[in-house]
Amino acid sequence: MWDNDMFVMILQGILETFYMTLFSTFLAYVIGLPLGIALVVTEDTSLMPCKVVNKILNLIVNIIRSIPFLIFLIFIQPLTKKIVGTTIGSTATVVPLVLAAAPFIGRMVESSIKELDKGIIEAALSMGASPMQVIWKVMLPETKPSLWIGAAISATTILGYSAMAGFTSGGGLGDIAIRYGFYRYQTDVMFVTVILLILIVQCIQEVGMKIANKQDKRK
Amino acid sequence: MNISEPIIALKNITKIYESDQGKFTALSGVNLEIYKGEIYGIIGMSGAGKSTLVRCINYLERPTEGQVLFDGKSLATLSDGQLRLARQSMSMIFQQFNLLMQRTALQNVCFPMEIAGIKKREAKKRAKELLELVGLGDKLDAYPSQLSGGQKQRIAIARALATNPKVLLCDEATSALDPSTTQAILALLKEINEKLGITIVIITHEMKVVEQICTHVAIIAESKIAEVGTVKEVFTHPKSKVGEKLVYPNGIPDEKLIGKRCCRIVFDGTSAYDPAIASMILECQVPVNIMYADMKRVGDKALGQMVIQLPENEQLANKVIQNLKDRQLVVEEVYDYVG
Repeated sequence: MWDNDMFVMILQGILETFYMTLFSTFLAYVIGLPLGIALVVTEDTSLMPCKVVNKILNLIVNIIRSIPFLIFLIFIQPLTKKIVGTTIGSTATVVPLVLAAAPFIGRMVESSIKELDKGIIEAALSMGASPMQVIWKVMLPETKPSLWIGAAISATTILGYSAMAGFTSGGGLGDIAIRYGFYRYQTDVMFVTVILLILIVQCIQEVGMKIANKQDKRK
Repeated sequence: MNISEPIIALKNITKIYESDQGKFTALSGVNLEIYKGEIYGIIGMSGAGKSTLVRCINYLERPTEGQVLFDGKSLATLSDGQLRLARQSMSMIFQQFNLLMQRTALQNVCFPMEIAGIKKREAKKRAKELLELVGLGDKLDAYPSQLSGGQKQRIAIARALATNPKVLLCDEATSALDPSTTQAILALLKEINEKLGITIVIITHEMKVVEQICTHVAIIAESKIAEVGTVKEVFTHPKSKVGEKLVYPNGIPDEKLIGKRCCRIVFDGTSAYDPAIASMILECQVPVNIMYADMKRVGDKALGQMVIQLPENEQLANKVIQNLKDRQLVVEEVYDYVG
Protein backbone atom coordinates (compact mmCIF):
# COMPACT_ATOMS: atom_id res chain seq x y z
CA MET A 1 0.00 0.00 0.00
CA TRP A 2 2.95 2.37 0.70
CA ASP A 3 3.88 2.33 -2.96
CA ASN A 4 5.26 4.98 -5.23
CA ASP A 5 1.81 6.44 -5.98
CA MET A 6 1.21 7.04 -2.32
CA PHE A 7 4.49 8.92 -1.93
CA VAL A 8 3.74 11.03 -4.99
CA MET A 9 0.30 11.79 -3.62
CA ILE A 10 1.65 12.83 -0.24
CA LEU A 11 4.36 14.91 -1.84
CA GLN A 12 1.75 16.62 -3.94
CA GLY A 13 -0.32 17.15 -0.80
CA ILE A 14 2.60 18.88 0.87
CA LEU A 15 3.09 21.16 -2.12
CA GLU A 16 -0.61 21.95 -2.30
CA THR A 17 -0.70 22.74 1.40
CA PHE A 18 2.26 25.08 1.05
CA TYR A 19 0.71 26.66 -2.01
CA MET A 20 -2.66 27.23 -0.31
CA THR A 21 -1.13 28.48 2.92
CA LEU A 22 1.42 30.86 1.50
CA PHE A 23 -0.67 32.18 -1.38
CA SER A 24 -3.72 32.68 0.85
CA THR A 25 -1.65 34.34 3.56
CA PHE A 26 -0.21 36.72 1.01
CA LEU A 27 -3.58 37.62 -0.48
CA ALA A 28 -5.19 37.83 2.95
CA TYR A 29 -2.52 40.35 3.98
CA VAL A 30 -3.27 42.42 0.89
CA ILE A 31 -6.73 42.89 2.39
CA GLY A 32 -5.95 42.46 6.09
CA LEU A 33 -3.06 44.88 6.45
CA PRO A 34 -4.95 47.95 5.19
CA LEU A 35 -7.98 46.72 7.13
CA GLY A 36 -6.00 46.55 10.38
CA ILE A 37 -4.50 49.99 9.79
CA ALA A 38 -7.96 51.37 9.05
CA LEU A 39 -9.33 49.83 12.25
CA VAL A 40 -6.70 51.73 14.24
CA VAL A 41 -6.58 55.10 12.53
CA THR A 42 -10.33 55.63 12.27
CA GLU A 43 -10.68 55.34 16.03
CA ASP A 44 -11.89 58.35 17.93
CA THR A 45 -8.58 59.66 19.21
CA SER A 46 -6.40 58.50 16.34
CA LEU A 47 -5.05 59.99 13.13
CA MET A 48 -8.20 60.03 11.00
CA PRO A 49 -11.10 59.66 13.39
CA CYS A 50 -14.24 58.45 11.63
CA LYS A 51 -16.81 56.81 13.84
CA VAL A 52 -19.02 55.47 11.04
CA VAL A 53 -16.23 53.76 9.11
CA ASN A 54 -14.78 52.34 12.30
CA LYS A 55 -18.13 50.90 13.39
CA ILE A 56 -18.82 49.35 9.97
CA LEU A 57 -15.35 47.77 9.71
CA ASN A 58 -15.61 46.35 13.22
CA LEU A 59 -19.02 44.89 12.44
CA ILE A 60 -17.86 43.20 9.22
CA VAL A 61 -14.79 41.78 10.95
CA ASN A 62 -16.84 40.43 13.84
CA ILE A 63 -19.49 38.88 11.60
CA ILE A 64 -16.99 36.98 9.43
CA ARG A 65 -14.93 35.94 12.44
CA SER A 66 -17.94 34.50 14.20
CA ILE A 67 -18.74 32.05 11.37
CA PRO A 68 -16.91 28.72 11.80
CA PHE A 69 -14.60 28.19 8.83
CA LEU A 70 -16.09 24.90 7.74
CA ILE A 71 -19.51 26.53 7.41
CA PHE A 72 -18.06 29.65 5.79
CA LEU A 73 -16.31 27.43 3.24
CA ILE A 74 -19.57 25.88 2.13
CA PHE A 75 -21.58 29.07 2.53
CA ILE A 76 -19.52 31.02 -0.01
CA GLN A 77 -19.20 28.19 -2.55
CA PRO A 78 -21.33 30.09 -5.12
CA LEU A 79 -18.92 33.02 -4.87
CA THR A 80 -15.93 30.70 -5.16
CA LYS A 81 -17.42 29.17 -8.27
CA LYS A 82 -17.88 32.62 -9.79
CA ILE A 83 -14.29 33.60 -9.11
CA VAL A 84 -12.30 30.48 -10.00
CA GLY A 85 -14.89 28.44 -11.92
CA THR A 86 -14.84 25.43 -9.58
CA THR A 87 -15.33 24.57 -5.91
CA ILE A 88 -12.80 21.75 -5.66
CA GLY A 89 -9.03 21.76 -5.67
CA SER A 90 -6.54 23.92 -3.88
CA THR A 91 -7.07 27.08 -5.95
CA ALA A 92 -10.77 26.97 -5.09
CA THR A 93 -9.82 26.70 -1.42
CA VAL A 94 -7.77 29.88 -1.63
CA VAL A 95 -10.93 32.00 -2.03
CA PRO A 96 -12.63 31.12 1.29
CA LEU A 97 -9.23 31.03 3.00
CA VAL A 98 -8.44 34.59 1.97
CA LEU A 99 -11.88 35.91 2.84
CA ALA A 100 -11.95 34.20 6.23
CA ALA A 101 -8.37 35.04 7.14
CA ALA A 102 -8.41 38.73 6.14
CA PRO A 103 -10.53 39.86 9.13
CA PHE A 104 -8.38 37.71 11.42
CA ILE A 105 -5.24 39.33 10.02
CA GLY A 106 -6.90 42.73 10.36
CA ARG A 107 -7.26 42.09 14.08
CA MET A 108 -3.66 40.86 14.36
CA VAL A 109 -2.38 43.99 12.61
CA GLU A 110 -4.65 46.17 14.74
CA SER A 111 -3.30 44.75 17.98
CA SER A 112 0.31 45.04 16.79
CA ILE A 113 -0.09 48.71 15.93
CA LYS A 114 -1.92 49.41 19.16
CA GLU A 115 1.11 48.23 21.11
CA LEU A 116 3.02 51.21 19.78
CA ASP A 117 3.70 53.96 22.31
CA LYS A 118 1.38 56.90 21.59
CA GLY A 119 4.23 59.27 22.41
CA ILE A 120 6.12 58.18 19.30
CA ILE A 121 3.14 59.03 17.10
CA GLU A 122 2.77 62.33 18.89
CA ALA A 123 6.45 63.07 18.30
CA ALA A 124 6.05 62.41 14.57
CA LEU A 125 3.00 64.66 14.42
CA SER A 126 4.90 67.40 16.26
CA MET A 127 7.48 67.26 13.46
CA GLY A 128 4.78 67.95 10.93
CA ALA A 129 4.22 64.39 9.68
CA SER A 130 1.01 63.77 7.73
CA PRO A 131 -1.23 60.84 8.74
CA MET A 132 0.09 58.83 5.77
CA GLN A 133 3.67 59.52 6.80
CA VAL A 134 2.86 58.42 10.33
CA ILE A 135 1.45 55.13 9.00
CA TRP A 136 4.30 54.38 6.60
CA LYS A 137 7.25 55.76 8.51
CA VAL A 138 6.24 55.16 12.11
CA MET A 139 3.41 52.69 12.67
CA LEU A 140 4.51 49.95 10.28
CA PRO A 141 8.31 50.08 10.64
CA GLU A 142 8.17 50.45 14.42
CA THR A 143 5.85 47.46 14.84
CA LYS A 144 7.63 45.24 12.32
CA PRO A 145 8.71 42.55 14.82
CA SER A 146 5.19 42.26 16.17
CA LEU A 147 3.75 42.20 12.64
CA TRP A 148 6.05 39.30 11.74
CA ILE A 149 4.98 37.32 14.78
CA GLY A 150 1.39 38.02 13.75
CA ALA A 151 2.17 36.79 10.25
CA ALA A 152 3.52 33.50 11.61
CA ILE A 153 0.41 33.00 13.75
CA SER A 154 -1.84 33.90 10.81
CA ALA A 155 -0.05 31.54 8.43
CA THR A 156 -0.35 28.61 10.83
CA THR A 157 -4.02 29.39 11.40
CA ILE A 158 -4.57 29.49 7.65
CA LEU A 159 -2.77 26.16 7.35
CA GLY A 160 -5.20 24.74 9.89
CA TYR A 161 -8.15 26.12 7.94
CA SER A 162 -6.76 24.70 4.70
CA ALA A 163 -6.79 21.20 6.21
CA MET A 164 -10.51 21.59 6.88
CA ALA A 165 -11.04 22.19 3.19
CA GLY A 166 -10.44 18.47 2.76
CA PHE A 167 -14.14 17.99 3.45
CA THR A 168 -14.98 19.78 0.21
CA SER A 169 -12.12 18.12 -1.70
CA GLY A 170 -9.99 21.20 -1.30
CA GLY A 171 -6.68 19.46 -1.88
CA GLY A 172 -3.58 19.37 0.29
CA LEU A 173 -2.65 17.19 3.25
CA GLY A 174 -5.99 17.73 4.95
CA ASP A 175 -7.77 16.32 1.95
CA ILE A 176 -5.57 13.18 2.05
CA ALA A 177 -6.10 12.77 5.78
CA ILE A 178 -9.85 12.91 5.39
CA ARG A 179 -10.08 10.70 2.30
CA TYR A 180 -7.72 7.97 3.51
CA GLY A 181 -7.65 8.33 7.26
CA PHE A 182 -11.31 9.16 7.85
CA TYR A 183 -13.35 7.62 5.01
CA ARG A 184 -11.11 4.54 4.44
CA TYR A 185 -9.94 3.95 8.00
CA GLN A 186 -6.28 4.01 6.94
CA THR A 187 -4.95 5.28 10.21
CA ASP A 188 -1.34 5.09 9.08
CA VAL A 189 -1.96 7.63 6.30
CA MET A 190 -3.80 9.82 8.76
CA PHE A 191 -0.84 9.52 11.12
CA VAL A 192 1.70 10.49 8.47
CA THR A 193 -0.28 13.54 7.31
CA VAL A 194 -0.76 14.73 10.88
CA ILE A 195 2.99 14.45 11.52
CA LEU A 196 3.67 16.37 8.30
CA LEU A 197 1.20 19.09 9.27
CA ILE A 198 2.89 19.42 12.67
CA LEU A 199 6.28 19.75 10.99
CA ILE A 200 5.04 22.39 8.57
CA VAL A 201 3.46 24.43 11.39
CA GLN A 202 6.72 24.19 13.33
CA CYS A 203 8.63 25.37 10.30
CA ILE A 204 6.42 28.38 9.62
CA GLN A 205 6.35 29.39 13.28
CA GLU A 206 10.11 29.05 13.61
CA VAL A 207 10.86 31.08 10.49
CA GLY A 208 8.40 33.79 11.55
CA MET A 209 9.95 34.13 15.00
CA LYS A 210 13.47 34.17 13.56
CA ILE A 211 12.59 37.05 11.24
CA ALA A 212 10.83 38.91 14.05
CA ASN A 213 13.82 38.57 16.35
CA LYS A 214 16.21 39.69 13.70
CA GLN A 215 14.09 42.74 12.97
CA ASP A 216 13.77 43.78 16.58
CA LYS A 217 16.24 46.49 17.55
CA ARG A 218 14.75 47.08 20.97
CA LYS A 219 16.99 44.53 22.66
CA MET B 1 10.79 89.96 12.19
CA ASN B 2 9.73 92.86 14.32
CA ILE B 3 11.60 92.63 17.62
CA SER B 4 8.65 93.83 19.65
CA GLU B 5 6.43 91.11 18.35
CA PRO B 6 6.28 87.90 20.34
CA ILE B 7 7.21 84.71 18.49
CA ILE B 8 4.51 82.85 20.39
CA ALA B 9 1.41 84.56 21.71
CA LEU B 10 -1.41 82.75 23.43
CA LYS B 11 -4.60 84.74 23.57
CA ASN B 12 -7.27 83.68 25.99
CA ILE B 13 -6.66 79.95 25.48
CA THR B 14 -9.28 77.66 26.95
CA LYS B 15 -9.25 73.91 26.57
CA ILE B 16 -12.16 71.81 27.69
CA TYR B 17 -12.19 68.03 27.36
CA GLU B 18 -15.60 66.48 27.02
CA SER B 19 -16.11 62.89 28.00
CA ASP B 20 -18.91 60.66 29.22
CA GLN B 21 -18.10 61.69 32.77
CA GLY B 22 -18.67 65.33 31.91
CA LYS B 23 -16.55 68.33 31.12
CA PHE B 24 -13.03 68.88 32.29
CA THR B 25 -11.40 72.26 31.98
CA ALA B 26 -7.67 71.80 31.43
CA LEU B 27 -6.93 75.45 30.64
CA SER B 28 -8.99 78.52 31.18
CA GLY B 29 -8.27 81.94 29.75
CA VAL B 30 -4.51 81.60 29.41
CA ASN B 31 -2.60 84.56 28.01
CA LEU B 32 1.10 84.33 27.39
CA GLU B 33 3.69 86.09 25.29
CA ILE B 34 7.04 84.58 24.50
CA TYR B 35 9.68 86.60 22.71
CA LYS B 36 12.49 85.53 20.43
CA GLY B 37 15.59 84.30 22.21
CA GLU B 38 13.95 83.79 25.57
CA ILE B 39 14.17 80.62 27.61
CA TYR B 40 10.67 80.56 28.95
CA GLY B 41 9.79 78.31 31.83
CA ILE B 42 6.24 77.19 32.45
CA ILE B 43 6.07 75.64 35.87
CA GLY B 44 3.25 74.02 37.77
CA MET B 45 2.32 71.03 39.86
CA SER B 46 1.19 67.92 38.05
CA GLY B 47 -2.33 68.26 36.75
CA ALA B 48 -2.07 72.04 36.52
CA GLY B 49 -2.51 71.94 32.75
CA LYS B 50 1.04 72.58 31.62
CA SER B 51 1.25 69.61 29.28
CA THR B 52 -2.00 70.62 27.62
CA LEU B 53 -0.66 74.16 27.35
CA VAL B 54 2.48 73.14 25.49
CA ARG B 55 0.42 70.94 23.14
CA CYS B 56 -1.80 73.90 22.38
CA ILE B 57 1.26 75.88 21.29
CA ASN B 58 1.91 73.50 18.38
CA TYR B 59 -1.74 72.57 18.00
CA LEU B 60 -1.31 68.90 18.87
CA GLU B 61 -4.31 69.86 20.98
CA ARG B 62 -6.70 72.33 19.45
CA PRO B 63 -7.79 74.89 22.02
CA THR B 64 -11.54 75.04 22.57
CA GLU B 65 -11.35 78.83 22.60
CA GLY B 66 -8.73 81.46 22.00
CA GLN B 67 -5.92 81.98 19.56
CA VAL B 68 -2.36 80.80 19.18
CA LEU B 69 -0.16 83.17 17.22
CA PHE B 70 3.11 81.74 15.98
CA ASP B 71 5.39 84.28 14.36
CA GLY B 72 2.37 86.56 13.97
CA LYS B 73 0.16 83.99 12.24
CA SER B 74 -2.88 82.45 13.87
CA LEU B 75 -2.58 78.67 13.75
CA ALA B 76 -6.36 78.34 13.57
CA THR B 77 -6.41 79.94 10.12
CA LEU B 78 -3.85 77.52 8.63
CA SER B 79 -4.77 74.55 6.46
CA ASP B 80 -3.59 71.09 7.54
CA GLY B 81 -0.61 71.33 5.20
CA GLN B 82 0.36 74.80 6.39
CA LEU B 83 0.04 73.68 10.00
CA ARG B 84 2.43 70.79 9.30
CA LEU B 85 4.90 73.24 7.81
CA ALA B 86 4.56 75.50 10.85
CA ARG B 87 5.26 72.53 13.11
CA GLN B 88 8.55 71.97 11.34
CA SER B 89 9.75 75.27 12.76
CA MET B 90 8.45 74.40 16.22
CA SER B 91 10.19 71.24 17.41
CA MET B 92 9.40 69.37 20.56
CA ILE B 93 11.23 67.08 22.97
CA PHE B 94 9.59 64.84 25.53
CA GLN B 95 10.02 63.30 28.95
CA GLN B 96 10.06 59.79 27.47
CA PHE B 97 12.28 60.86 24.53
CA ASN B 98 9.90 59.22 22.02
CA LEU B 99 12.62 58.01 19.70
CA LEU B 100 11.96 55.51 16.95
CA MET B 101 13.23 52.30 18.50
CA GLN B 102 13.83 50.50 15.19
CA ARG B 103 16.08 53.24 13.86
CA THR B 104 19.68 54.13 14.69
CA ALA B 105 20.63 57.48 16.20
CA LEU B 106 21.52 58.78 12.75
CA GLN B 107 18.28 57.54 11.19
CA ASN B 108 16.31 59.09 14.04
CA VAL B 109 17.84 62.49 13.38
CA CYS B 110 17.17 62.06 9.65
CA PHE B 111 13.50 61.33 10.34
CA PRO B 112 12.13 64.90 10.54
CA MET B 113 14.13 65.75 7.41
CA GLU B 114 12.54 62.81 5.58
CA ILE B 115 9.18 64.24 6.55
CA ALA B 116 10.20 67.68 5.35
CA GLY B 117 11.33 66.17 2.04
CA ILE B 118 15.02 66.99 2.36
CA LYS B 119 17.35 64.93 0.14
CA LYS B 120 18.80 61.83 1.77
CA ARG B 121 22.45 62.73 1.34
CA GLU B 122 21.95 66.22 2.64
CA ALA B 123 19.92 64.94 5.58
CA LYS B 124 22.59 62.43 6.52
CA LYS B 125 25.27 65.07 6.48
CA ARG B 126 23.28 67.43 8.66
CA ALA B 127 22.30 64.62 11.04
CA LYS B 128 25.97 63.79 11.56
CA GLU B 129 26.77 67.43 12.34
CA LEU B 130 23.90 67.66 14.80
CA LEU B 131 24.86 64.46 16.60
CA GLU B 132 28.34 65.86 16.92
CA LEU B 133 26.91 69.09 18.31
CA VAL B 134 25.09 67.18 21.06
CA GLY B 135 28.18 65.11 21.81
CA LEU B 136 27.16 61.82 20.23
CA GLY B 137 29.41 61.86 17.19
CA ASP B 138 30.61 58.35 18.07
CA LYS B 139 27.14 56.80 18.43
CA LEU B 140 25.74 57.32 14.94
CA ASP B 141 24.83 53.68 14.38
CA ALA B 142 23.68 52.85 17.90
CA TYR B 143 20.04 51.97 18.49
CA PRO B 144 18.21 53.87 21.24
CA SER B 145 17.93 50.73 23.36
CA GLN B 146 21.73 50.63 23.58
CA LEU B 147 21.94 54.15 24.99
CA SER B 148 21.36 55.78 28.37
CA GLY B 149 18.53 58.19 29.15
CA GLY B 150 20.76 61.23 28.80
CA GLN B 151 22.09 60.02 25.46
CA LYS B 152 18.55 59.35 24.24
CA GLN B 153 17.52 62.87 25.14
CA ARG B 154 20.56 64.18 23.27
CA ILE B 155 19.42 62.32 20.16
CA ALA B 156 15.96 63.78 20.66
CA ILE B 157 17.47 67.26 20.87
CA ALA B 158 19.54 66.68 17.73
CA ARG B 159 16.40 65.41 16.01
CA ALA B 160 14.46 68.48 17.15
CA LEU B 161 17.10 70.78 15.69
CA ALA B 162 17.17 69.03 12.31
CA THR B 163 14.61 71.24 10.59
CA ASN B 164 16.13 74.52 11.83
CA PRO B 165 13.27 75.36 14.14
CA LYS B 166 12.63 78.80 15.60
CA VAL B 167 11.21 77.37 18.79
CA LEU B 168 12.03 74.30 20.85
CA LEU B 169 9.28 73.05 23.14
CA CYS B 170 10.47 70.89 26.02
CA ASP B 171 7.82 68.85 27.80
CA GLU B 172 9.35 67.75 31.11
CA ALA B 173 12.49 67.00 29.13
CA THR B 174 14.64 66.32 32.17
CA SER B 175 12.11 64.70 34.48
CA ALA B 176 13.15 61.15 33.62
CA LEU B 177 16.86 61.87 34.11
CA ASP B 178 19.10 61.77 37.16
CA PRO B 179 20.39 65.05 38.64
CA SER B 180 23.79 65.15 36.96
CA THR B 181 22.37 64.19 33.57
CA THR B 182 19.70 66.86 34.06
CA GLN B 183 22.46 69.43 34.58
CA ALA B 184 24.21 68.35 31.39
CA ILE B 185 21.02 68.45 29.30
CA LEU B 186 20.09 71.89 30.67
CA ALA B 187 23.57 73.14 29.87
CA LEU B 188 23.15 71.81 26.34
CA LEU B 189 19.80 73.57 25.96
CA LYS B 190 21.33 76.82 27.13
CA GLU B 191 24.17 76.42 24.67
CA ILE B 192 21.67 75.85 21.86
CA ASN B 193 19.74 78.94 22.89
CA GLU B 194 22.88 81.08 22.89
CA LYS B 195 24.58 79.63 19.82
CA LEU B 196 21.62 79.16 17.53
CA GLY B 197 19.30 81.79 18.95
CA ILE B 198 16.45 79.32 19.28
CA THR B 199 13.64 80.32 21.59
CA ILE B 200 13.08 77.60 24.18
CA VAL B 201 9.89 76.86 26.09
CA ILE B 202 10.41 74.59 29.07
CA ILE B 203 7.57 72.81 30.80
CA THR B 204 8.56 71.52 34.19
CA HIS B 205 7.44 70.88 37.74
CA GLU B 206 10.92 71.48 39.12
CA MET B 207 11.93 74.94 40.29
CA LYS B 208 15.58 73.91 39.93
CA VAL B 209 15.20 73.69 36.17
CA VAL B 210 13.70 77.18 35.93
CA GLU B 211 16.34 78.58 38.26
CA GLN B 212 19.12 77.17 36.25
CA ILE B 213 18.40 78.27 32.71
CA CYS B 214 15.18 80.22 32.26
CA THR B 215 15.01 83.93 31.67
CA HIS B 216 11.25 84.17 32.12
CA VAL B 217 8.75 82.09 33.97
CA ALA B 218 5.01 81.59 34.09
CA ILE B 219 3.48 79.79 37.01
CA ILE B 220 0.42 77.77 36.15
CA ALA B 221 -2.01 76.45 38.72
CA GLU B 222 -5.52 75.09 38.45
CA SER B 223 -5.71 75.66 34.70
CA LYS B 224 -4.81 79.33 35.00
CA ILE B 225 -1.66 81.42 34.86
CA ALA B 226 -1.00 82.51 38.44
CA GLU B 227 2.02 84.67 37.85
CA VAL B 228 4.29 85.77 35.02
CA GLY B 229 7.58 87.58 35.08
CA THR B 230 11.31 87.39 34.73
CA VAL B 231 12.84 84.64 36.81
CA LYS B 232 14.49 87.32 38.93
CA GLU B 233 11.22 89.04 39.74
CA VAL B 234 9.35 85.90 40.55
CA PHE B 235 12.16 84.52 42.65
CA THR B 236 12.65 87.59 44.74
CA HIS B 237 9.05 88.73 45.04
CA PRO B 238 6.64 85.89 44.38
CA LYS B 239 3.22 87.51 44.29
CA SER B 240 0.95 84.50 44.13
CA LYS B 241 0.34 81.79 46.70
CA VAL B 242 1.57 79.11 44.29
CA GLY B 243 4.60 81.23 43.55
CA GLU B 244 5.46 81.40 47.23
CA LYS B 245 5.00 77.69 47.57
CA LEU B 246 7.37 77.01 44.68
CA VAL B 247 10.02 79.49 45.77
CA TYR B 248 9.88 78.45 49.44
CA PRO B 249 9.03 74.75 49.32
CA ASN B 250 9.71 74.45 53.05
CA GLY B 251 7.39 77.30 53.92
CA ILE B 252 8.10 80.90 54.72
CA PRO B 253 10.41 81.26 57.75
CA ASP B 254 8.78 80.84 61.09
CA GLU B 255 7.53 84.25 62.06
CA LYS B 256 7.60 83.67 65.80
CA LEU B 257 11.37 83.47 65.78
CA ILE B 258 11.60 87.05 64.66
CA GLY B 259 10.44 88.97 67.64
CA LYS B 260 12.02 92.35 67.27
CA ARG B 261 12.59 94.89 64.57
CA CYS B 262 13.78 93.06 61.48
CA CYS B 263 14.55 93.81 57.92
CA ARG B 264 14.51 91.78 54.78
CA ILE B 265 17.38 92.12 52.36
CA VAL B 266 16.80 91.05 48.80
CA PHE B 267 19.77 90.00 46.74
CA ASP B 268 18.87 90.40 43.12
CA GLY B 269 22.08 89.24 41.62
CA THR B 270 23.93 92.53 41.34
CA SER B 271 26.02 92.03 44.45
CA ALA B 272 26.55 88.33 44.49
CA TYR B 273 30.30 88.42 44.84
CA ASP B 274 30.40 91.23 47.37
CA PRO B 275 30.40 90.04 50.99
CA ALA B 276 27.70 92.60 51.84
CA ILE B 277 26.68 91.46 55.30
CA ALA B 278 30.21 90.96 56.59
CA SER B 279 31.30 94.36 55.27
CA MET B 280 28.27 96.03 56.83
CA ILE B 281 29.02 94.48 60.20
CA LEU B 282 32.62 95.60 60.03
CA GLU B 283 31.68 99.11 59.03
CA CYS B 284 28.84 99.59 61.53
CA GLN B 285 30.65 97.78 64.31
CA VAL B 286 27.43 96.10 65.38
CA PRO B 287 26.51 92.44 65.44
CA VAL B 288 23.27 91.37 63.71
CA ASN B 289 21.35 88.19 64.05
CA ILE B 290 20.55 86.35 60.82
CA MET B 291 17.03 84.99 61.22
CA TYR B 292 16.56 83.47 57.84
CA ALA B 293 18.51 83.14 54.65
CA ASP B 294 17.73 81.53 51.38
CA MET B 295 20.14 81.95 48.53
CA LYS B 296 19.95 80.42 45.12
CA ARG B 297 22.14 80.46 42.09
CA VAL B 298 20.20 81.45 39.03
CA GLY B 299 22.36 81.20 35.95
CA ASP B 300 25.54 83.04 36.87
CA LYS B 301 23.90 85.26 39.46
CA ALA B 302 23.03 84.66 43.06
CA LEU B 303 19.50 85.47 44.09
CA GLY B 304 17.83 85.25 47.42
CA GLN B 305 16.81 86.93 50.53
CA MET B 306 17.81 87.19 54.09
CA VAL B 307 16.04 88.43 57.18
CA ILE B 308 18.24 89.98 59.84
CA GLN B 309 17.33 91.20 63.29
CA LEU B 310 18.28 94.84 63.76
CA PRO B 311 20.07 96.12 66.86
CA GLU B 312 17.83 97.47 69.66
CA ASN B 313 19.40 100.90 69.42
CA GLU B 314 17.36 102.81 66.86
CA GLN B 315 20.26 104.92 65.67
CA LEU B 316 22.39 101.86 65.09
CA ALA B 317 19.50 100.12 63.39
CA ASN B 318 19.05 103.01 60.98
CA LYS B 319 22.76 103.02 60.33
CA VAL B 320 22.61 99.35 59.38
CA ILE B 321 19.71 99.90 57.01
CA GLN B 322 21.41 102.89 55.40
CA ASN B 323 24.64 100.96 55.02
CA LEU B 324 22.84 98.11 53.25
CA LYS B 325 20.91 100.48 51.02
CA ASP B 326 24.18 102.11 50.02
CA ARG B 327 25.23 98.72 48.71
CA GLN B 328 22.41 98.85 46.16
CA LEU B 329 20.50 96.15 47.96
CA VAL B 330 16.77 96.16 48.31
CA VAL B 331 16.08 96.56 51.99
CA GLU B 332 12.69 96.63 53.57
CA GLU B 333 11.72 96.66 57.18
CA VAL B 334 9.32 93.96 58.10
CA TYR B 335 7.01 95.50 60.63
CA ASP B 336 4.54 92.66 60.30
CA TYR B 337 6.88 90.42 62.17
CA VAL B 338 7.15 92.69 65.20
CA GLY B 339 5.51 91.50 68.32
